[in-house]
Amino acid sequence: MATKEFDFKYYIRSRFFPHIWCPGCGHGIVLGSLLRAIHELGLDKNEIVMTSGIGCSSRISGYVDFHSLHTIHGRALTFATGVKLAKPGITAIVPMGDGDALAIGGNHFIHAARRNIDITAIVMNNRIYGMTGGQFSPLSGLGKKATTAPFSTIDNQFDVVELAKSAGASFVARSTVFHATECKDLLKKAISHKGFSVVEILSQCPTYYGRKNKQGDAVQMMEGFKTNTVKLGSKKLEKNPDLIQRGIFVEDTQKAEYCEAYDKIIATAMKGDA
Amino acid sequence: MTLQNNIRFVQGNEACVEGALYAGVNFFAGYPITPSTEIAEHLAERLPRQGGKFIQMEDEIASMGAILGASLTGKKVMTATSGPGFSLKQEALGYACMAEIPCVIANVQRGGPSTGNPTHVSQGDVNQARWGTHGDHAIIALTASNNQDVFTITVEAFNLAETYRTPVIILLDEVVGHMREKLTIPEQEDIPVVGRLRTAVAKGVDYHPYLPREDGRLPMSDFGAEHRYNVTGLFHDMWGFPSNNPKVVSELLRHLVDKIENNAESITMFKEYWLDDADYILVSYGSSARSAIHIAKNRRARGVKIGVLELQTLWPFPTDMVREKCANAKAVLVVEMNMGQVVTQVKNAVDNPNNVFLANRIDGQLISPTDIKTILRMIQGKGV
Repeated sequence: MATKEFDFKYYIRSRFFPHIWCPGCGHGIVLGSLLRAIHELGLDKNEIVMTSGIGCSSRISGYVDFHSLHTIHGRALTFATGVKLAKPGITAIVPMGDGDALAIGGNHFIHAARRNIDITAIVMNNRIYGMTGGQFSPLSGLGKKATTAPFSTIDNQFDVVELAKSAGASFVARSTVFHATECKDLLKKAISHKGFSVVEILSQCPTYYGRKNKQGDAVQMMEGFKTNTVKLGSKKLEKNPDLIQRGIFVEDTQKAEYCEAYDKIIATAMKGDA
Repeated sequence: MTLQNNIRFVQGNEACVEGALYAGVNFFAGYPITPSTEIAEHLAERLPRQGGKFIQMEDEIASMGAILGASLTGKKVMTATSGPGFSLKQEALGYACMAEIPCVIANVQRGGPSTGNPTHVSQGDVNQARWGTHGDHAIIALTASNNQDVFTITVEAFNLAETYRTPVIILLDEVVGHMREKLTIPEQEDIPVVGRLRTAVAKGVDYHPYLPREDGRLPMSDFGAEHRYNVTGLFHDMWGFPSNNPKVVSELLRHLVDKIENNAESITMFKEYWLDDADYILVSYGSSARSAIHIAKNRRARGVKIGVLELQTLWPFPTDMVREKCANAKAVLVVEMNMGQVVTQVKNAVDNPNNVFLANRIDGQLISPTDIKTILRMIQGKGV
């Protein structure tokens, strides 16, 4: 399959289209990068379970022709944990929005990372609740405008990479929808990695975040991803330490994966029974 | 004799574990909470011994999510909780109703609301089992008063979950959960076990995960198998694709309710004691039924025509059966440990609701035979 040319239509459920995303939304680029990554990895569609929660980003699971599980707000990782532990041969991919993953789902995010269960978590970070109409999220950051912060946000933001690292994720990466090829390559590595993988992808919401915070249209917002980010450890950071770094922050192949560790428990328990 | 090996002296919670294993549970996710924790503890040890999976999740919500994910891969799944944990599970329980995912949830009831009386008995979650999750839906909830019956209803809970593709709630209470008594584990053929009904639709042929067969059952396809389909909590069509088409919405909602309510009779489990000539009927369930049976036996010996109707299926409420059984009674006493949850259903079921009385206790103590006797004497006009 990997040698065949990439055909978008092979991977999507066309009857689900047109999608719900606004013109200029970055989420479609994430979908494109993800499908290209899956294509290049040569994965069988039957071995993929895509689990999502609630929000704009979470609709991604319905659009793809894999086993798809569109669950409840914030809990996608818990359902995916059940799928993966029950059937470890499955490739578990969980696309989430920033509110879904790190507000209502924050507890599940850190615990899935702590267990190091072999799931690829994609945080499509547009720094806002889009589906409900533009409320601030735990990733909006200080001094931002949102429908629930008409004067300004006073909430500090999480750093997804630092949070995932400290919670124990064994693969942690970041990219943006401007860097679609880099995204695809990082997703390939994340999916191939045995253990809990987190890929944060900065995505734009011109409809709400952009409009509320005077960041211009989709093109201008994507320009921002180009100018405000650098590759991990770039020399540009010396002059401007506020630039957001992209790349692979953690890639630990030694850490025990949860399902494999449980298989050892089964082996021990069965021996004890004999 | 193998029979000897089948006898145990265990807690009700362990009887529940034995029943679940008999029914073929092979995936459990849970979170520690009194007074249900022993169910998780015993399955943590028993499941891996036979290749099953146990996972302690970060909270009650996560436990529900994990069992639903596992069920979709073809596992027989269960979680166990009590009071506050049952509250937390409600959203995902509604998801299981909507997405028609078989699963079993044991709730060993303790005193509430809130943290309440964690180590003491209550039967205050009967209505929560029915209406805890939002929106119209139907639900199955079973209960039992002794270890042997806990075993049986647990097997039945798994059978009903598979038959109707629905969550089934086992409502135990703290006394039943923690009381030790004899349990005889039946031979493997003694109680029928319903397995997962999988689709016979061949690879490459359109499979409809949400299209009921003529007999009302919906064959499933495991995640990871040949048929890829969508599972969602949104209203959906027969492929699982979201839809807000009014016809699709109303048909699905009717299906979710009718598949259970229309089969209420076959879902109904109960036991009866001395009902044939009973002037007085004690309707009870769970540990309070033990006191009801005790006092009925005691009064019978003194010439009072009294009997007990022990409910094992609480939801769907067996309205017709209760009406029939209570038709000739002078008075019906509903014995329960709450402010009157089943009594409302019984009043609704019988022809003369004025003859239905509540005999309850709500202080964390097991309602005693004497408590029931006192209320009975007052109804009889004999004073205490």
